[in-house]
Amino acid sequence: MNIEWYIVLSALLFAIGAVGILVRRSPMVILLCLELMLNAGNLALVAFSREVGNQQGQVFALVVMVIAACEVVVGLGLIVAIFRRKLPLNVDDLRELRG
Amino acid sequence: MSATSWAWLVLLFPLVGSIAIALGFRTLPSKAAGLIGTAAIGAAFICGIAALVCLLGEDPEARHHASSLWDYASVAGLNIRLGIYVDPLSVFMVLVVTGVSTLIHLYSYGYMQSDQGYHRFFSYLNFFVFSMLLLVLAGNFVLLIVGWAFVGFASYALISFWYRRKTATKAGMKAFVINVVGDIGLVLAAFLIFRELGTFEYEDVFAKAPQVFHTNEWTVVAICLLLLVGAFAKSAQLPFHTWLPDAMEGPTPVSSLIHAATMVTAGVYLIARTHTLFVLAPTAADIAAFVGLATLLVAGTIALVMTDLKRAIAYSTMSQIGYMIMGVSIGAYSAGMFHLMTHAFFKALLFMAAGSFISAMANKQNIDEMSGFGKAMRFTSITFVCGALALAAFPGTSGFFSKDEILAYAHARGGMYDIFQILGYFGALLTAIYTFRLVFRVLPGKPCKEAQELIDTGHLAHETPRNPASGEEEDTDVGFPGAEHHIAEQSPGMKIAMGVLAFLALFAGLVQVPGLDETITHFLDPVFADSPLAEIVPSVGASWAGLAIGAAISVVGIGIAYWLYILRPEMPAALIRRFGWLHTFLVNKWYFDELIDVLVVRPALAIGRFANRFFERFVVDGLVTGTEETVRGASSVAHRLQNGFVRSYALILIAGFAGLALYFLIVQS
Repeated sequence: MNIEWYIVLSALLFAIGAVGILVRRSPMVILLCLELMLNAGNLALVAFSREVGNQQGQVFALVVMVIAACEVVVGLGLIVAIFRRKLPLNVDDLRELRG
Repeated sequence: MSATSWAWLVLLFPLVGSIAIALGFRTLPSKAAGLIGTAAIGAAFICGIAALVCLLGEDPEARHHASSLWDYASVAGLNIRLGIYVDPLSVFMVLVVTGVSTLIHLYSYGYMQSDQGYHRFFSYLNFFVFSMLLLVLAGNFVLLIVGWAFVGFASYALISFWYRRKTATKAGMKAFVINVVGDIGLVLAAFLIFRELGTFEYEDVFAKAPQVFHTNEWTVVAICLLLLVGAFAKSAQLPFHTWLPDAMEGPTPVSSLIHAATMVTAGVYLIARTHTLFVLAPTAADIAAFVGLATLLVAGTIALVMTDLKRAIAYSTMSQIGYMIMGVSIGAYSAGMFHLMTHAFFKALLFMAAGSFISAMANKQNIDEMSGFGKAMRFTSITFVCGALALAAFPGTSGFFSKDEILAYAHARGGMYDIFQILGYFGALLTAIYTFRLVFRVLPGKPCKEAQELIDTGHLAHETPRNPASGEEEDTDVGFPGAEHHIAEQSPGMKIAMGVLAFLALFAGLVQVPGLDETITHFLDPVFADSPLAEIVPSVGASWAGLAIGAAISVVGIGIAYWLYILRPEMPAALIRRFGWLHTFLVNKWYFDELIDVLVVRPALAIGRFANRFFERFVVDGLVTGTEETVRGASSVAHRLQNGFVRSYALILIAGFAGLALYFLIVQS
């Protein structure tokens, strides 16, 4: 199969993830969108790896998965903590970092 | 033990004493502070004698040793060692300083007894002696400057000792500022010496100087003139003298120690120490001699009219140091140093006696109010007269031999230098008159109120103490020697100190009788052997002729004072009426304070005001405010970006990456 298909799919997934982060307010959904973007990246890595014919891209994809797992742990932890303190689960209301 | 080891011990004792008293001020009983202080200086004196004995055991030519403990600074071709230089000159100074200081500590032990700052006083006093010893023992110019500056600080601390007294703190500042002007001169001189000779060590400098410099070459003259700025500021010579009379605001032992016996002689020591340079720069030496002469005359005339007991003695100090500066500048080195020694004895004594009188007067210092103390305070009066006789160079006393030796040398050098002898004798006449003016106004006559009380009841006057300068009521906590006064008659420590000094003032001259013993000349000779001027020696006959003239002048001066103040007591008032303008001129101290005010203080103030109004306001403020405004403006943009919305951050991030990616795509294609 031609590589363009994979790349286009990856770009689409990435764009969906990015738009999701920009427009959605629930931290849960933002986390999901982040995962989407990471996996779009993974897809591109694996596709290029096959195209070029070496394993480095695939190894990177594995590393990205590990990091994504760690990130989910932290992110979900945060969300649970916010929920526990009965704070609104809305990133627009969490603006304490305003300069 | 060698001479240098003893010299290190001389330095160690006062330092340890000062630190011990300073640290133990809460725990030590006050008497112990005085005892520690006195013992430390006494120990230093004994070590000084040991060093002297070591030196005397050696060949006269070999009597100089340098010793250093460690490197003080070693960088870029500059190697300064923490080193001392022991030779007859420095040992001589050590003995004078520690000897007189021991007695003054002993005096202070009684005199300051009821002062609240007893510990502070002795700690300062020991520190002062340490600094002075560092100054005279230093083995290179850097350490000399360190000692020089320490002495200036100690002087400041002790003049402002009663820090609630406004006049005292002001006098302290004045002394410090003028001393720093001198320090700058000394530092610049050291820079020039290093530039020309590449070393700071005394031995190297004095060995190299004659090979490097031609006689009267401008560099060596400049070095000497800068050294003189330092010497004049420390030794209160024109035009840097105005701090010394004001320094009388300090406690009397301080006046006695610093402003008569030790610190003010540092300039004389400096000229004697660097005589090799002054021989190469005769112009600078002559300038120094003329300044000394001018000072001795100006100060002598002012002393004639001062009504403040301590200030009158202070002017006489300036005048006597004028003799010493003159002496060491024209080449009468050992005579100048000898006068330094005898002056230390009798001037310390005069101040001690004055302090005793002032105590009896409940801190009043005006001689117009004093009379009849001869009966009331026998011991103080006798010692005061001993000191006065020596100061007036009465035949046989110590001042008689030392002063006339300088003048005899001036005559032996001949030519222009005869002026110094003639005007020097005129100064001696003034000295005799003003000294015995004090004696005849304070001692005889009908006892004043305070003296009568002392005779009748044996009690000292106790009035509300007032500042003699401004009339303000004194703060007896820290602004005054305490509620109790102490006079020599009632305090054995003071009595011993004054007794010993009275003996020395009368008889110390006998170690240096022309043609008989001349001990000091023989002892100091090796130091000055390299100077061609040291070969000029007045013949024994000329010396005795000079002594005869000096004796006559002294007796005439005392006679004039007796005639003016005892036989015709209405005469001084008539003279003041007749020569009112002259009296005003002298009472205002030749208007030197005003002159300095116009020439230095006001221009400096004007420059300061200008700098404040224009430079500070527009340039400095403009720079600071401009920077602040720029940062504030730039940050207000960044500030708006930080809105706290996660998605706006994400947008910036994504847009940024997209922009970067686009850029690379365009660049690649």
